Amino acid sequence: MKEGKDNKIVLLEDDQLEDLFVSLRQRYGYDFTGYAKASIKRRVQKFIDTIEMESVDLLKNQLLRDEAFFKYFLDEITVNVTEMFRDPLFFASLKKNVFPLLNTYPFIKIWDAGCSSGEELYSLAIFLDEEGLYGKSRIYATDISQRVLDKAMDGIYPIDMMKEYTGNYIHAGGKRSFSEYYTAMYGNAIFRGRLKKNVMFSAHNLAVDESFNEFNLIVCRNVLIYFNRDLQERVIELFLKSLPVFGFLALGNKETLSFSIFRDHFEEIDKAQKIYRRIN
Amino acid sequence: MLGKIEAIVIGGSWGGIDAVIKILSALPSDFKPTMVIALHRPKNVVNSLEGILKKYSKVPFSEPYDKEEIKLNHVYLAPSNYHLLIEKNKIFSLDVSEPVNYFRPSIDVLFESAAEVYGKFLAGILLTGANKDGGNGMKTIAGKGGFTIVQDPSTAASGIMPSAALRLIKPDFLGSVHSITELISSGKEFIWQ
Ligand SMILES: C[S@@+](CC[C@H](N)C(=O)[O-])C[C@H]1O[C@@H](n2cnc3c(N)ncnc32)[C@H](O)[C@@H]1O
Repeated sequence: MKEGKDNKIVLLEDDQLEDLFVSLRQRYGYDFTGYAKASIKRRVQKFIDTIEMESVDLLKNQLLRDEAFFKYFLDEITVNVTEMFRDPLFFASLKKNVFPLLNTYPFIKIWDAGCSSGEELYSLAIFLDEEGLYGKSRIYATDISQRVLDKAMDGIYPIDMMKEYTGNYIHAGGKRSFSEYYTAMYGNAIFRGRLKKNVMFSAHNLAVDESFNEFNLIVCRNVLIYFNRDLQERVIELFLKSLPVFGFLALGNKETLSFSIFRDHFEEIDKAQKIYRRIN
Repeated sequence: MLGKIEAIVIGGSWGGIDAVIKILSALPSDFKPTMVIALHRPKNVVNSLEGILKKYSKVPFSEPYDKEEIKLNHVYLAPSNYHLLIEKNKIFSLDVSEPVNYFRPSIDVLFESAAEVYGKFLAGILLTGANKDGGNGMKTIAGKGGFTIVQDPSTAASGIMPSAALRLIKPDFLGSVHSITELISSGKEFIWQ
């Protein structure tokens, strides 16, 4: 244990972090060794500071011994920040450039990978609905964290957020009044049950689990940023296996396939919004 | 003593855009160190800042993508709505976790991760601002042996941010944007070799 800055009694070292992740992989099968170090280290350090853990060894012992504590740790170190119609221009592009092509299929399968608490998922469902595609769509919504998946299944969000989300929705080109999609009750916005009628929720870990279906569109936004390049390659390969030729892949605005060895399998449909299509 | 500098991180908030424009305008096209800038700005002002600042820079200028390799002789701007971090192998990582000190990008987050990677080969510049982001980052840079530069609060559009940093560290250089610009653009001993 090292004396650090006044607010950080325990300073986490890189090799301690690596050792911790290797132990957790052996014990629970969750693999964080491929996560981008700078941000995951910040999260683990923050966790140590918040619960005032006295040493990294103590943290490790408790994590290996106590599964409930591990689940709590998992929830705290993964970043679940999300919003409805995040990057409105992305949703506008999806509607304009991708949906018309999806509409040529009798049946549409979509994978929202790393859906977090569901805001992105309901945004997708709303636009599919407005374009008349929802009825023939199946959306598979997955995340590593069961806690956020439970929230996604509920589809209940603080009413205070609706002002911002309504702005995003309008900016994205939404056609209706956003309030048609939810009921306001006790400070919450409860989203319409029909929006999740065609949604399958399940836990899926992009770092260790395999491809489980083939999709016309995979949406995986702001998840790859948490992985190092090697793990990103694994996940991109997983997506490739889950996409037929002409299937679409949508990434976050600052995520790119340019650095990937699989980049030649894709063409850019919208460069700014990072929407790709598999071409071979 | 400035020594060899490989990278310079700059943080600014209220009034920071003008200050950064002054600095960028003065850099020669062959300015060697990597420069990384975190500026607070309102959410959803999509990409306009990149376009504005780019015009003033003779050095190649861009907002980085996630996992992009960091180049010398390049100025990078932290994209809005993300924290920007630097990995040990000198690659950028982005992060959408909660705002820090109410801001994303947070200056502290950038400075702290840059300090871990560049150590004494890093210079940190904290400019004008009306909040307290950046102070802890400057402290980390100083702690790792990096060079610290703070805008003199009396010359800043808002002195709150530089003043907050001055309560945490004694900077290696304190001055106006003009003198900071002179220091980094013409100070020979400062140029990374
Ligand atoms: C920042 S959120 C992105 C949410 C949404 N896609 C968006 O862009 O707003 C990242 C999500 O990725 C999930 N995640 C992290 N590691 C994962 C993994 N190995 N497999 C699946 N999901 C993961 C986190 O639990 C979190 O919900």
